Amino acid sequence: MALDSSKTTGFKYVGTRPDRPDGLDKVTGRARFGADATAPGMLFAAIKRSPHAHARILRIDATKALAMEGVKAVVTRADFAEGLTGENWNILENVMAGDTALYDGHAVAAVAATTALAARDAIKAIEVDYEILPHVTDVDKAMAPDAPVIRAGAADASVPEGLHPNVVRYHESGHGDVEAGFAEADLVIEDHFVTEATHQGYIEPHACLGTLGTDGKGELWCCTQGHWNVQKVCAALLGLETSQLRVTASEIGGGFGGKTAVFIEPVALALSRKANRPVKLVMTRAEVFKATGPTSSTSMDVKIGMKKDGTITAAQGTFRLQGGAFPGAPCEMTAMCAFAPYDLKHVKQVGYDVMANRPKQAAYRAPGSPMAAFAVESVIDELCKKLDLDPIDTRLKNASREGTRASFGPTWPRIGLVETLEAAKAHPHYSAPLEPGQGRGISCGFWFNHGGETSVSLALSEDGTAQIAVGTPDIGGSRASMALMASEVLGIPYEDIRVIIADTASLGYNEISHGSRVTYASGLATIKAAEDAVQKLCARAAAKWGIPEDAVYWEDGFAKPSGPNAGDFAPLPIAEITATMGATGGPISGHFEATPEGAGVSFATHIVDAEVDRETGSTKVVRYTVVQDAGKAVHPTYVEGQFQGGAAQGIGWALNEEYIYGEDGRLQNAGFLDYRIPVASDLPMIDTVIVEVPNPGHPFGVRGVGETSICPPLAAIANAVSAAAGVRMRQLPMRPSRILEALDSAADG
Amino acid sequence: MSKLHVTTKINGDEVEFLCDPRETLLDVLRDRLGLTGAKEGCGTGDCGACSVTVDGRLVCSCLMLGAEAEGKEIATVEGIAEGEALHPLQKKFIEYAALQCGICTPGILVAAKNLLEKNPDPTEEQVRYWLAGNLCRCTGYDKIIRAVMDTAAEMREAS
Amino acid sequence: MVDVALWSGLRPLIGGRDSVAVEGSTVGEILTALRRDYPALGPTLDAGVSVVVDGRVIASSLTEPVRPDSEVVLMMRLKGG
Repeated sequence: MALDSSKTTGFKYVGTRPDRPDGLDKVTGRARFGADATAPGMLFAAIKRSPHAHARILRIDATKALAMEGVKAVVTRADFAEGLTGENWNILENVMAGDTALYDGHAVAAVAATTALAARDAIKAIEVDYEILPHVTDVDKAMAPDAPVIRAGAADASVPEGLHPNVVRYHESGHGDVEAGFAEADLVIEDHFVTEATHQGYIEPHACLGTLGTDGKGELWCCTQGHWNVQKVCAALLGLETSQLRVTASEIGGGFGGKTAVFIEPVALALSRKANRPVKLVMTRAEVFKATGPTSSTSMDVKIGMKKDGTITAAQGTFRLQGGAFPGAPCEMTAMCAFAPYDLKHVKQVGYDVMANRPKQAAYRAPGSPMAAFAVESVIDELCKKLDLDPIDTRLKNASREGTRASFGPTWPRIGLVETLEAAKAHPHYSAPLEPGQGRGISCGFWFNHGGETSVSLALSEDGTAQIAVGTPDIGGSRASMALMASEVLGIPYEDIRVIIADTASLGYNEISHGSRVTYASGLATIKAAEDAVQKLCARAAAKWGIPEDAVYWEDGFAKPSGPNAGDFAPLPIAEITATMGATGGPISGHFEATPEGAGVSFATHIVDAEVDRETGSTKVVRYTVVQDAGKAVHPTYVEGQFQGGAAQGIGWALNEEYIYGEDGRLQNAGFLDYRIPVASDLPMIDTVIVEVPNPGHPFGVRGVGETSICPPLAAIANAVSAAAGVRMRQLPMRPSRILEALDSAADG
Repeated sequence: MSKLHVTTKINGDEVEFLCDPRETLLDVLRDRLGLTGAKEGCGTGDCGACSVTVDGRLVCSCLMLGAEAEGKEIATVEGIAEGEALHPLQKKFIEYAALQCGICTPGILVAAKNLLEKNPDPTEEQVRYWLAGNLCRCTGYDKIIRAVMDTAAEMREAS
Repeated sequence: MVDVALWSGLRPLIGGRDSVAVEGSTVGEILTALRRDYPALGPTLDAGVSVVVDGRVIASSLTEPVRPDSEVVLMMRLKGG
């Protein structure tokens, strides 16, 4: 009997708010994060890093370091695999420099010693001779004809002729005739916007503990969003067979995309192999800022034409992103997300991926989308103001809906943008009066969401309880959601289900926890694995009753005969079946291994009230409301948490956070004092409204929620601040000095 | 350089250890005493993930040397629960979902407990400013503040 | 034959058109046919594409079925964070 538990209403467990199963460990300090593991004989590692933004490495001499007390091994690029190509080469080049240091903080060598202090002292003793080269850190400067070349020949076939070698990828999409569209408009606004690079700012620095033998067998403990990916990358960089390296994911102290990439694990393993002892490597905060994966910085031009009645006639955007000294800035994501909320007859978007002497960018919650929204939603805001139109009504008028054509090509299936706009319009926040000096900003935002390879295994215990092994690290409270979905199918209490994150040897491949895919894909897989187990439970009941399998159905944790014709048997509870499973056919487990497609996209609308102090330029966010489509909120409290967390990060990005580079190309603010993320006293309570427009691609209608929440805030806050200050803000972050400059130039006229 | 011998009290227990003069209290707690509840988020006193109390005073343990623990009473997150009885703050944090990844939670619990011992009836603003030294990147602080306020109310009622 | 819409940046590679018709009943067959019939698209396909079939984003699966009247749109491979 093929079980299909798809539904969008009538839930018993999904949609409730039980305590998360890992809460006790986390409030007592017992939970073990990346740096909390130890092993007998463990060594401590430290990394020697380039102090120059761009320099040829002439000589590395570790003789003095190796002679120091407690130092057991030193590695350089020579200790890693040769002959890598494509992204593996890029990753290796970033993990350990080859002949050139490409950014301030680029790793050039590493040491393992018996104490952390000894390792730290030893790296000071490693001598490195550099030949300093000219550098470039700004995206527009990196495209200019006289810019220093980061790496020749890195551009792919997409890049048009005649561009600087630092331009490595190009995207162009859209439809219609934008010039014709602009000609139809009553008002056309074109403007230029800039955002600085930011960091995901996870409070836990990268940390790992690795053991690798000369027999090619290894064990690795690390904090990561994707341990199968770590396994794959480390195997490639160290010349190992993938299956011989087992990776266990620790609890993870934040990722937001920044822990989808591999930075230090291959180094720990290389040191371990050389020293023949386990090696623990923990990054310092300064290293996290300098040498992990911040976002791109951007330079953007957006032009939108609108009629007096609010109809958008045409939209065009050019988005230049620098992604550090490697290809990968998500220029195509920026371009494709930019106009996604709008139904446009004429639209064109262009994206450039540019290299610069900065660390290799990594994903940060909807990579590329927040910056696009900042530019586009600022222009729409300006158009609405000049044409005296309501910002939400105008967005509703032009909103993408099921059946309209997306700016990046396909026809939209069922989507929830209109529902978020209507909920925002109806929310008391939207009609609340503003105090003097305050301004209100609105923005929409969009993200694709993702499926990806997923393997889940569900094992029934003899007492009728269940253990679920998933492969997606829990970065947002997903264990609770998996248990709720399994409860819904098995019909047993949430408390009877334990969810663990299995290691790479214990499950089939799992793609990284990213793209807001965990509740969607691991959730779908959990549901299907539970259905698989249920089918087997029904088969045991059928055999016991001597009736065909399709005459048995499952309900609320019991096998039941499907009707009077099937036989008059009392419902059989799960615990009775599992108690004897060893004798009736063997242990019962459910599995699901697949690459689920059909992840549902997610839209959001945010409302922000801000006030600006005209004397100091400082800004206060006084009220914030997030409205977002979750498809189906499996555990609503954690969905609210995602909404609030994304909004808070957006507030930091909009108001304070930026990478500041000096003339020498060095990062000036590599610490939490001067890279200031929002603190508790900066923020108000953040109200949330969960809209549910089910995604047909998931049995319960789930859409990913983790990323979309960061898409609107940059624009919503910029619009609120621009309104409060009375001057359009075009550069992020809107730190006090930028607001004062903008007020001054507006005053000068 | 030879190690220093330190005698101190941690979570009510007498403890002795040897440490390098350069080791911070955080290093000692985590690497020598197996108390990994306090976390290193920055090493420069900016994030509060390493928060402990020293003779009742809230301190970033990364800014204090291990040797300075001599003769002091240190309290860490591991000492907040009493046996199997969770402190009301811990219960409320789970109930309110005042944690997502949980890395900042030990520091915030230590800081919040310290606040409520000094001020059992804080306003929302007071809670926010007291916790301003504890960075959280996941939650936006909303549910944390609600959990602390509700705990304060419950503890006042119980007393 | 299935019509496959391509993003406008690819037009120079296929003689200025914005869509091409190929044979195939799965995503994998469509991509193979594109590669065979339009070799200029090879490097683009190698760099990675996602395919949207009737509004569903197919990030990587090659076995996803495609009907002759399906709307098929090629996109640069999507990444998340």
